[in-house]
Amino acid sequence: MARVTASVYTSHVPAIGAALDQGKSDEPYWRPLFRGYDFSKSWLAEQRPDVVFLVYNDHATAFSLDLIPTFALGMGERFDPADEGWGPRPVPPVFGHPGLAAHIAQSVIQQDFDLTLVNRMDVDHGLTVPLSLMCAGPQGADPAWPFKVIPFAVNVVQYPVPSGRRCFQLGQAIRRAVETFDEDLDVQIWGTGGMSHQLQGPRAGLINREWDNAWMDQLIADPAACSRVPHIDYVREAGSEGIELVMWLIARGAMADVAGGAAPKVAHRFHHVPCSNTAVGHLILEDT
Amino acid sequence: MALEKPYQDVPGTTIFDAEQSRKGYWLNQFCMSLMKAENRARFKADEAAYLDGWPMTDAQRAAVRARDLNECIRLGGNIYFLAKLGATDGRSFQQMAGSMTGMTETEYREMMLRGGRSIEGNRFVGEDGDAQAHRQPQGAAGKTADTET
Repeated sequence: MARVTASVYTSHVPAIGAALDQGKSDEPYWRPLFRGYDFSKSWLAEQRPDVVFLVYNDHATAFSLDLIPTFALGMGERFDPADEGWGPRPVPPVFGHPGLAAHIAQSVIQQDFDLTLVNRMDVDHGLTVPLSLMCAGPQGADPAWPFKVIPFAVNVVQYPVPSGRRCFQLGQAIRRAVETFDEDLDVQIWGTGGMSHQLQGPRAGLINREWDNAWMDQLIADPAACSRVPHIDYVREAGSEGIELVMWLIARGAMADVAGGAAPKVAHRFHHVPCSNTAVGHLILEDT
Repeated sequence: MALEKPYQDVPGTTIFDAEQSRKGYWLNQFCMSLMKAENRARFKADEAAYLDGWPMTDAQRAAVRARDLNECIRLGGNIYFLAKLGATDGRSFQQMAGSMTGMTETEYREMMLRGGRSIEGNRFVGEDGDAQAHRQPQGAAGKTADTET
């Protein structure tokens, strides 16, 4: 049977992708940020997951205002890096796992979550930057990413976005779905976005390190309470774009302790300011 | 009955909700069109003519021409869509975000290097933080613009 083995949480700032693609990762501005992922790269190389269920948001790339799904599950064989206006990132395409994705669709919709099923979409920095941060070795268009990726896009751009509570419950449903899939697969679930940042208006540039860290403490120790944090707290304390953090609750909801098992091990934790306009947060939790 | 929108008392912040999204539909779709190279070329060659091809309001067109992102957002624009306009102009997210504060690019970058904008005084409208209406513009860029107009 398939199993969820760990969850990974990280910001997905587009400037990180640009810095990597332009060979700037050793510059003084960027070095401290990438150092925060050194452990993660070797950890992931040891873990060797078969599939990563990657929760991210589309930033007006695949979805225009013609249609914005709240929860979109990538069903396809392959998803290409998008051209977001600066040209596509020179990174490999993502290969999906249509069998597991179809199983998750069947299970999760029957658990009352109305997912949109997507066979064709390009994936933007929200998905490719976390892969670049976590995977060791040369980037560039080759070799391929070392595992299959099921993209899961959440609307956090057009309000109202799903509540933290809804996201947390969805993560629990995804765990149940994975655990009933017959193939022998190690599956990780990644929640991305955040942490505190605001990209608009006179309050642009807001960072709230103290709130970020307190929120991360609660996400680790008491995720059910964390899931009850209302939207307005994210907006007020972590900036209008800090609301992306609700996506971390999907990954957290998929951990064993939420289903009655043991508390996860905190394998790694990192916070860094600034990265362009944003506070970068990163966390790895292992099921024990 | 008016629905609850508790985010309206956050200073210097416009939440892109369903109502703003409806207002900004064509403005944002115009921005999306700039993801295609041929459209970027047509827009750059004649901005007014290109904008006339979209059923936007005159105020939205004027805000785009002026690259006034605060005004674009007030009129229903969303930053992730407006980023396509920024990309067309060769500007980064940091340059775009900074342009909404009245700071110069250097001033904004230095604020971020110092750890970003503080939350203190910037949680609720009516406090005294640097994002509050009575403290705009925040930097030399805004002050220069004021002198010019």
